[in-house]
Amino acid sequence: MLPELGQFALILALLLAGVQAFFGIAGPMLGRDRWIAVVSPAVAGQAVMVATAVGCLIASFVGNDFSVSYVAGNSNSALPLFYRVTALWGAHEGSLLLWILLLAGWTVAVAVGSARLPPRFAARVLGVLGVVSFGFLLFTLATSNPFLRLDPAMPDGRDLNPILQDPALAIHPPILYTGYVGFAVAFAFACAAMLEGRLDQTWARWTRPWTTAAWSFLTCGIALGSFWAYYELGWGGFWFWDPVENASFMPWLVGTALVHSLAVTEKRGLFKSWTLLLAILAFSLSMLGTFLVRSGVLVSVHSFAADPARGIFILAFLVIMIGGALTLYAWRAPLLKSSAGFDLGARESFLLFNNVLLITAATTVFAGTMAPLISDALGLGTVSVGPPYFNPTFLLSMLPLTALLSVGIHANWKRGRLKDSQRLLLITLVAAALIACGLVFGIYEHGHVLTPVGALLGVWILLSSFVEPIQRWLQGVRVPRGMLGMTIAHSGLGILVIALTTVQSFTREHDVALAPGGSTTLGSYQFRFDGVAPIEGPNYDGVGANVTVTRAGAPVAVLTPQKRQYWVQHQLTTETSIRMNHGNNILVALGEDLGAGRWSVRIQIRPLVSFIWLAALIMAIGGAVAASDRRYRTSRVTEAAVPGVTVGNSA
Amino acid sequence: MTPRQRRLGLVVGIIVGVSIAGGLALSAFRKHVTFFFDPSQVASGQAPVGESFRLGGMVANGTVQRAPGSLEVRFTVTDFAHDVPVSYTGVLPDLFREGAGVVAQGHLRSDGTFVADEVLAKHDEKYMPPAVAKSLKRRHGEARSDPGS
Repeated sequence: MLPELGQFALILALLLAGVQAFFGIAGPMLGRDRWIAVVSPAVAGQAVMVATAVGCLIASFVGNDFSVSYVAGNSNSALPLFYRVTALWGAHEGSLLLWILLLAGWTVAVAVGSARLPPRFAARVLGVLGVVSFGFLLFTLATSNPFLRLDPAMPDGRDLNPILQDPALAIHPPILYTGYVGFAVAFAFACAAMLEGRLDQTWARWTRPWTTAAWSFLTCGIALGSFWAYYELGWGGFWFWDPVENASFMPWLVGTALVHSLAVTEKRGLFKSWTLLLAILAFSLSMLGTFLVRSGVLVSVHSFAADPARGIFILAFLVIMIGGALTLYAWRAPLLKSSAGFDLGARESFLLFNNVLLITAATTVFAGTMAPLISDALGLGTVSVGPPYFNPTFLLSMLPLTALLSVGIHANWKRGRLKDSQRLLLITLVAAALIACGLVFGIYEHGHVLTPVGALLGVWILLSSFVEPIQRWLQGVRVPRGMLGMTIAHSGLGILVIALTTVQSFTREHDVALAPGGSTTLGSYQFRFDGVAPIEGPNYDGVGANVTVTRAGAPVAVLTPQKRQYWVQHQLTTETSIRMNHGNNILVALGEDLGAGRWSVRIQIRPLVSFIWLAALIMAIGGAVAASDRRYRTSRVTEAAVPGVTVGNSA
Repeated sequence: MTPRQRRLGLVVGIIVGVSIAGGLALSAFRKHVTFFFDPSQVASGQAPVGESFRLGGMVANGTVQRAPGSLEVRFTVTDFAHDVPVSYTGVLPDLFREGAGVVAQGHLRSDGTFVADEVLAKHDEKYMPPAVAKSLKRRHGEARSDPGS
């Protein structure tokens, strides 16, 4: 019964989303306050219905109901309970359901948090969110129903893909999706502002905390995915420019641009149209990412052909959402004139550069990700685009971006000349150069051309981002949360640049064939292979090896990489073993039995690689701190009531 | 300089910057796109000798060989019309097995052996690299197009 109940709840949720969308948009348009009053209950009802549906599916997973096709395809009675729950988002249908659940959650948060907003504006925001939710629910019910029954039921499930049976990957999708879905809120605010014709600074202020929060989640989600790829896939890298990774990285780049351009729009009333476009773009890329990754289109255009209903629905939905928003934008474009100007050395200019460079980066990533699909679809031959393309093109926009950040962070709004902060720039630059040289030539004795450049840029960002808070602190002026968050996030970026430079310059790796008792040396470490022994887990067995790591004769660690064979899908997985030592991540992966008593072993040493994820976490924390700034939470109703550039609510 | 001229200068600067970036990206693109060939294309001489490309197909049954205790492994990649011998030194991915799809990146030696720097068999066992699926399908003339199976 549970699956039927879940499906019924989903259908009710669809109806309520329709109610929310219609009354949320039509109510303010026709000026009917009673219609507006319907919106909040619809939001609450929809959330309850979606939660019920998710609960039913989870119950089916936990109760091993293999008469449900989705459960049978992605679970197994031997699967540990934790993974039976997380198997919910192990494939396309459940991922969509998770998306819808998170959207309902964000919508409720907006409904609660917007109590201080003018009711009509709030209704419009919720109405647009209703449209998004309606589309996703319709898509799920029409083409990707997770509650479909199997007749006859399967005796046991086909199991969750073993590489997904991992704690980091279990929580990666919900966090990543929370970020994706959060951009729906920015999108909804943008559409609501355009519908209302009130495109002044208040709109940007209302949007900022939501956008920043979404950005933080997305940052965390991407970092978790990268972390998982590092230790679970056994390849040892932290970023592969895989289409799946790029699909989450593009919304992040655009979202980062949006966070910065919103700052300009809020503080100075500039870049209005640009900010609106970015809000639309960030959400469009989020939707694209969700659809493309899970529906398999990124792997091959042919999966469109394999399931035309899904493909056509996705295209139609994207066209309606993006096209609708852009039409709205074209209609409201005349309102978007801004009168204020600014100097070339003012903060606005630097944020403009920031946006241009981030969008350039996003465009190059997009081109590289789509090129194989396009080439394939046009019959131009099968190509693949990998790191040799992505690394240089990405650096091309990131190097100036990081350099300009350290300069622009000192600039004032509106008026600014480089002369004003000349001394500060010189001091931080020289200090950064000294520290970077010390790092590169003192601790490490080699490296390539970009090593000192990267180290310099990273240290420079770190130093520069702390200048203003320290100045304020010395003067006894309070540092607002917004600025504190910015400082934290920027210092995270500085750490990220340093870590990336170090990893890219000083990674050492090799594959060796070792017999028990044999040893090898990599960098300053010695590795002794102590042989393998059988292991057994709840739903797998395999072999585990012991590798003793020493440095100059002193013991460092005993690493225990494993090779697992999962019973149901007969899939082999490599469990790497990783240990931190003096900032170095030592990774050992067990290969295969080569015969003659020898095993292949992959050994990698990546200095500071953990700092990449730590830096991402710091950036996300910075975003969270900035989003919690009090000035976003203080009541703005009074201010909003002051006539701004309002064109009237009849629109 | 009036604000108008200044803004014009800014816009021109941005356009110039973006076009330079675009141009460089395009040239990087041309240089760094890796082509994919199947064994039949290699046999007909379409694949360049000595240049890096990707070879895809199935690992032919019974062809995986290695000298006991050696890291070097030899196998044959086939599309059931032609075969290409492949040599690789290193740890093979988990999903590598005889009769399964594989993509190897490397270059062709003049003796016709493909020397792989990297062997990919990614993500899950149901997944067949789309390029492999396509070329197999073309060779077989099969009507069904489901890369997932």
